[in-house]
Amino acid sequence: MAATKRPLSPHLQVYRPQITSMLSILHRMTGVALGIGTFLFTYWLTSAAYGPEAFDRAQAVMGSWFGLLVLFGFTFALFYHLSNGIRHLFWDIGMGYEMTTLRRSGLFVIVFSVALTVATWACIWSRTGGL
Amino acid sequence: MEMRSPLGRVRGLGSTKSGTQHWMIERITAIALVPLSLWFVYSVVALNGANHGEFTAWLGKHGNSALMISFVIALFYHTKLGLEVVVEDYIHAETLKVITLLFIKFAAFLSGLSCILAVLRIAFTG
Repeated sequence: MAATKRPLSPHLQVYRPQITSMLSILHRMTGVALGIGTFLFTYWLTSAAYGPEAFDRAQAVMGSWFGLLVLFGFTFALFYHLSNGIRHLFWDIGMGYEMTTLRRSGLFVIVFSVALTVATWACIWSRTGGL
Repeated sequence: MEMRSPLGRVRGLGSTKSGTQHWMIERITAIALVPLSLWFVYSVVALNGANHGEFTAWLGKHGNSALMISFVIALFYHTKLGLEVVVEDYIHAETLKVITLLFIKFAAFLSGLSCILAVLRIAFTG
């Protein structure tokens, strides 16, 4: 079929960034990041089945500064995707579509995911006494 | 001369195949992942610094093995479904799209199977 040059509707770049659209794309970005992160999870879990040497090596990879940085990022991605996912589930049953509710639940999701990320790592560091 | 009716020609060719099923399972796995991923994060924090013996002893406990396998199944199923939707939305080059979708299916299956096997091996052999 011949490609017809039809006018396109206004695209993303002409709209002002809003909390709703930004959180929406962040949900996908964290989802994709977590999807890639499952390789790391698989490596870590299967290393335990290979034996102590492999497991120690995996633990050392995770415990390196770069590993900790990546895990910190995944912690936030997980908590964000989790809490915003619950927001999505409410939309699925038809709740929370008013603009004020949308903005408030979005703000709540940001605060909640940041707080849980910080609390998780505070737990880890209080148990290990720092890095 | 086309003998088939217009309806007969298009039936089965549209997008209405199993989209509802795909959408539903994405939600069901999402609901399952709420408690399971919280349990996973809590466990990993509690296990911080554990050596191989301590970790396998923990994972080998009946309840932990069951929860970990449930987590793995929900996680990889949800990941597969979610990534498929993202690829279908953003990749428009047909060949690349098909290759990426196949990679997601195979990688999710193999990773999930590998994780389940690891949990079973640890649970049965320590």
